[in-house]
Amino acid sequence: MITVTHYLMLSAILFAIGTLGVLTRKNAIVVFMCIEVMLNAVNLTFIALSRHVGNLDGQIFVFFVMTVAAAEAAVGLALLIAFYRNKETLDVDDFNMLKW
Amino acid sequence: MENLVQEAIQNVNLHAVMPSLILSVAGMALLLVAVFSPRGKTAHIAWLSIASLIVAGIVTIMGWNDTQYGFAGSVQLDNFAAFFSMICIIAAGLAILMSDEYLKRENFPVGEYYPLILITTAGAMWMVSGTDLITIFLGLEVLSVSLYILAGFFRDQVRCNEAGLKYFFLGAFSTGFLLYGMALLYGVSGTTKVYDIAAYIQANPDTTTNVMFVAGGLLMLTGFFFKIAAAPFHMWTPDVYQGAPTPITAFMSAGPKAAAFAALIRVTFICLEGMQDHLTTVFWVLAVLTMTVGNLIALNQKDLKRMLAYSSIAHAGYAMVGLVAWNEIGSAGILFYMLVYTFMNMGAFAILILIGRSGEENLTLDGVTGLGYKKPMLGIAFSIFLFALMGLPPTAGFTGKFYIFAGAINSGYIWLAVLGVLNSAVSLYYYLRIMIFMYFKEPQEDYAWVKIYPATAVSIVISVIGVLYLGIVPGSIMQLARMAGF
Repeated sequence: MITVTHYLMLSAILFAIGTLGVLTRKNAIVVFMCIEVMLNAVNLTFIALSRHVGNLDGQIFVFFVMTVAAAEAAVGLALLIAFYRNKETLDVDDFNMLKW
Repeated sequence: MENLVQEAIQNVNLHAVMPSLILSVAGMALLLVAVFSPRGKTAHIAWLSIASLIVAGIVTIMGWNDTQYGFAGSVQLDNFAAFFSMICIIAAGLAILMSDEYLKRENFPVGEYYPLILITTAGAMWMVSGTDLITIFLGLEVLSVSLYILAGFFRDQVRCNEAGLKYFFLGAFSTGFLLYGMALLYGVSGTTKVYDIAAYIQANPDTTTNVMFVAGGLLMLTGFFFKIAAAPFHMWTPDVYQGAPTPITAFMSAGPKAAAFAALIRVTFICLEGMQDHLTTVFWVLAVLTMTVGNLIALNQKDLKRMLAYSSIAHAGYAMVGLVAWNEIGSAGILFYMLVYTFMNMGAFAILILIGRSGEENLTLDGVTGLGYKKPMLGIAFSIFLFALMGLPPTAGFTGKFYIFAGAINSGYIWLAVLGVLNSAVSLYYYLRIMIFMYFKEPQEDYAWVKIYPATAVSIVISVIGVLYLGIVPGSIMQLARMAGF
């Protein structure tokens, strides 16, 4: 029997994977994908909890999260392209113009 | 079915979102105007943006003391929201005033810049008037996504690209935490409405020891702490503030930060009221950490924009003292302080815009050597803003800090007020150092490139008037802040 706890554990694991990926990966696109994994872990939490508490607010929230994630992706990839045109790299270690 | 539709239509109440509606419609219309304007001509878009901000401001002021509820309780335009909306409108107006000549100097006069500022402001207004986690999230994202673009606006400058990207990555990362927190709060209470969550906790007091609820609350607060740049979540601030276009840096440090504070206050004071004992400890530690980290690192900065970035972290720390106080004076103090901070910080950045050369390589301490003699008016205005940032009377910086620390003392946090004052003393060093370079060193340049752009000068004059007025006769505005506070 799969209960809401299983879904919550799955989404917590996904969220942790996403967070670790953001903190450790070097390629900016992979980091961005890890952020998307975090957002989708949140979506899973919302849907599982929506089923659990028995109203639709959580599912509506998920629609907003997906829309916003799409808008964020558009802006983020545009920024990445602009950066790549100037520096020809997407390694986060090369984001080093501004420090101390 | 028909009844449901009728009820839904009655629940909408557009009055509750009128100011932000004006701004978002104006923003979209001006995007179209920008498409049909000749390249390089942006002044008319700037003036139309200012006009729409003025209209939105008038509508906001007319709604004072007339709370409007809209969208089935998702939006609440009360005095609190109106006050913060006015701060955002003032910040956006000042930013637009100082932008046009700056964009021409940096050789990037592109029309979509102004509509983006208007849409950012509209997002900030949704955020301050949101009483539903969905509205708050949506406002936050409208604000953030437009700011990502604005922070990386000069797409052929690597510094600017980098600032935009860093802001984007850390902003999106923090959104993940915010949303996860919101999801857990929803799971416990079964609703996303701020007041319903509060009612649920009232009915079930043991919720406040529920692991899921506590974890949700803390994750959500982490998201907000990223947005207000509280230490240890401040790492993005200096890089982004340094690399972004200067008017955008000024705007970011005032308007969006005030909006994040507003949402933070609303959520903590209403939703998480049951966790007050624990949360004041969290705020206490973070406030002290934020102001100390900001001030100590600022001591060592040569780049003026970066120095002001660290100073803005420190000022977020002072404002958080008002959260610790958790009383009426403290929250009114935050409102007042954010208004004061808008004037003094944006004024200081406006001066930097005038001093800077194209590319802004010269905005270092050495770059202002002897400025006070060669450009006396600029020197005096800059000194007024620096005195205000230090918190010296008779400027508004003093009255702002006074109200915040008074709130803390009222709640019994005398040590916190003492630490705040000590921190202000530390900050004297780096603010005064700018003045020493301006006045006590021989000028090495004649500052021939410094032109007093008229619109930027207007924004400086407005800021000087704001700083002095709020410093000398703070009573009437403080009265309004107390009417607006929680």
